Amino acid sequence: MLRHRTRRAAAAVTALAATVLLASGCGVTRGPQSSNLTMLIPNSPGGGYDQTGRAAVAVMENGDITGGSFEVTNVIGAGGSVAMSRLMNAEGDERTMMTAGLGVVGSLYSFAAPYKLHDATPLAQLIEDQEGVLVPADSPLKTIDDLVQAWRDDPSAIVVGGGSSPGGPDHLFPMQLAGAVGVDPREVNDRYVVYDGGGPLTSALLGNKIDVGFSGVGEFEGQLASGELRLLAVSGDERLDGDGISDAPTLTEAGIDLVFTNWRGVLAPPGISDERRDELIGMLEEMHATPEWQQALEDNGWIDEFKTGDDFDTFLQEQDERVATTLEELELL
Amino acid sequence: MDNLGLLADGFGAVLTPENLLYAAIGVLLGTFVGVLPGIGPAMAVALLLPVTYGLDPISAFIMFAGIYYGGMYGGSTTAILLNTPGESASVMTALEGNLMARAGRAAQALATAAIGSFIAGTIGTILVVFFAPALASVAVEIGAPSYFALMVLAMVMVTSVLGGSWLRGFIALFLGLTIGLVGLDINTGQPRLSFDQPLLADRIDVVVVAVAIFALGEALWVAAHLRRSPAHVIPVGRPWMSGADLKRSWGPWLRGTAFGFPFGALPAGGAEIPTFLSYVTEKRLAARKGHDEFGRGAIEGVAGPEAANNASAAGTFVPLLALGLPVTATSAVMLAALQGYGMEPGPGLMTDQPELVWALIASLLVGNVLLLVLNLPLAPLWAKLLRLPRPQLYAGILFFATLGAFATNLQAFDLFLLLLLGLLGLMMRRFALPVLPLILGVILGPLMEYRLREAMAISGGEVSALWSEPLAVVIYVIVAIAVVTPLVVRRVRPAPAAVAYDEGLDLTADDEEKVR
Repeated sequence: MLRHRTRRAAAAVTALAATVLLASGCGVTRGPQSSNLTMLIPNSPGGGYDQTGRAAVAVMENGDITGGSFEVTNVIGAGGSVAMSRLMNAEGDERTMMTAGLGVVGSLYSFAAPYKLHDATPLAQLIEDQEGVLVPADSPLKTIDDLVQAWRDDPSAIVVGGGSSPGGPDHLFPMQLAGAVGVDPREVNDRYVVYDGGGPLTSALLGNKIDVGFSGVGEFEGQLASGELRLLAVSGDERLDGDGISDAPTLTEAGIDLVFTNWRGVLAPPGISDERRDELIGMLEEMHATPEWQQALEDNGWIDEFKTGDDFDTFLQEQDERVATTLEELELL
Repeated sequence: MDNLGLLADGFGAVLTPENLLYAAIGVLLGTFVGVLPGIGPAMAVALLLPVTYGLDPISAFIMFAGIYYGGMYGGSTTAILLNTPGESASVMTALEGNLMARAGRAAQALATAAIGSFIAGTIGTILVVFFAPALASVAVEIGAPSYFALMVLAMVMVTSVLGGSWLRGFIALFLGLTIGLVGLDINTGQPRLSFDQPLLADRIDVVVVAVAIFALGEALWVAAHLRRSPAHVIPVGRPWMSGADLKRSWGPWLRGTAFGFPFGALPAGGAEIPTFLSYVTEKRLAARKGHDEFGRGAIEGVAGPEAANNASAAGTFVPLLALGLPVTATSAVMLAALQGYGMEPGPGLMTDQPELVWALIASLLVGNVLLLVLNLPLAPLWAKLLRLPRPQLYAGILFFATLGAFATNLQAFDLFLLLLLGLLGLMMRRFALPVLPLILGVILGPLMEYRLREAMAISGGEVSALWSEPLAVVIYVIVAIAVVTPLVVRRVRPAPAAVAYDEGLDLTADDEEKVR
């Protein structure tokens, strides 16, 4: 009797284990002839790369542009370096793509990865995202000139914060801005406080814990519209729309010679054939031309900045040099 | 109250037949794993977390809520039936609960635990509905100095789980803090203790550490002692309570809830103190009424601490959701889970992602109801799970542990880490080092460092900034009191009750605490 019951309990365990496996979902198997593709995302679901990558995949799947479906895989770790090494290891794999961007460029330096983005096969830049200079509503800094003046008076008196670690967009932007107005970036770097993304940065600004925040404008739309935060300037070459946003000048308008944008694009593994590279670029071009993609750009507040192939390759090399120069100036390399 | 409307929306999102099925599966799995010896809610949740990956956030929440409550209740079941609490919070439940079980009243003990958990969990969750948002609005004023003070408080509280030997406890704690140091420096991006491994540069996942130390270490330890005799199992009757039992239980349920919630909501309150207070109170009240069954299996001694335990667990959602502060091993695993679902607990959570918060709270209430519905009739069956032969039992545990560690990042490297840390877990058991301080070191160390570095970066290295906020000063005063009080309590408290436990199978760090 006891033995019988034991067996029944064991069967119950097995059944539940099976449920677990089913519930956790099985991977999609790809045949060698299938036209299904994989899209690697270098951060967690819900992050910026994830939003861009999944939006592009959705448009391509709905329009049946690739003739198959996509498997989207989030490869989390080391600020995108882990995903990048997976892409580099997939040399010659003609059915894989990866979403990448400015943050990954910096991480490859931080994590001392032996390769750069342009060592893979650059396919296309998809979007651009503007950074903003943010202060709490009751801050004495009313304009971007006030900030520049305060910086020139005493860089160590201004506490700056950003949502990315050293080398990331929110860190590079204030450093390049300081350099552009003749302030030593190293002194600004000494007062840079790292926050774990836009949420904690918002809290720090709302609670007046820091003087200025540097981050993507999109995450602060709510606080800017309600007047809890003020936008001193945007980093791109055109003003942005929105309550509490459209009044903010570009840096160029304010007389500062700097255009800084965060961007995201798509890479393929190294060592794929030229025909395949052109074919993949063609798919992305087709995707870019759809009204669905234009809608996705609008919904997410992304700027349409599309360049492909060799143009994108050159752009990546420029970006890499710029990041390396900034990090060297800060003695972080 | 606007909150009720938001909560109704939450229920609207949660209450679909499909989600209820996920919740039911979650409750079953959670109880199933939680009921295994030596597995507390933290590990049950850590083990089963990967199951919820890949579901959409709402389904994942509700399944997770089921797993969470199932795991909590499962832990109490083993505490009562086998006198093996899965975590320190169940120690008080085990004292009278096991005596009741030996007296043939296991059914009543399990039932009062289930209903007590339900009542305390429901009241606690409703209190979270009303108090967490209020806390959230003042939370932005709380800066790095206060957070750091909270971390100091949490660290001081860790000393209460160091176990019998402070030397061993501190060894474990410092091992944990060292593991927490691995990875890139937050401010400069320099690698620390990463041995040129890019995967180590990204810090060691807390889930991997927890699964390795709890599950793998335990399994290896049991394997090393397999020849010893199996655990003595106590038969379970049918799970119903007499009118007299109910009459004796409702008071302790409510009083236990009253003890537990504030301590849980206090970011470093924990469940140990309220369960202890509840136990002592019920014992005194019973003596005054003249029917003192304590020491022979008093139902009040199960109902009170069990309610306190669950109310405290519900209370921990206040600091978790409003401050992003994990104060127990379970809530630390939970924090990782919520972040996995794209939720960023912390000061801005209530305003930034209200729909997720209310869906989560609705999920918790639904999970709690399902727990009661499923577990009251199933209690005897759960008990039979413990009759699995140990080789099969621990083979299953190893399977889930490996799956859990691999599923987090899908990297073979994590499996090597798992094995290495599992060996560490085995060695810790061999040398009677408590494992809980290690886990808390891994979790709290980096958080504490982060807050200190942030405070210092803002102040420009001015140390006095650490006590520049009123809240920070208040917390340091509490820390001072917390350090002094145990010295007083130790004099007042009676000698710890002798607790019999099976060697080999159940000798975990949590058990060590019982003999503290």
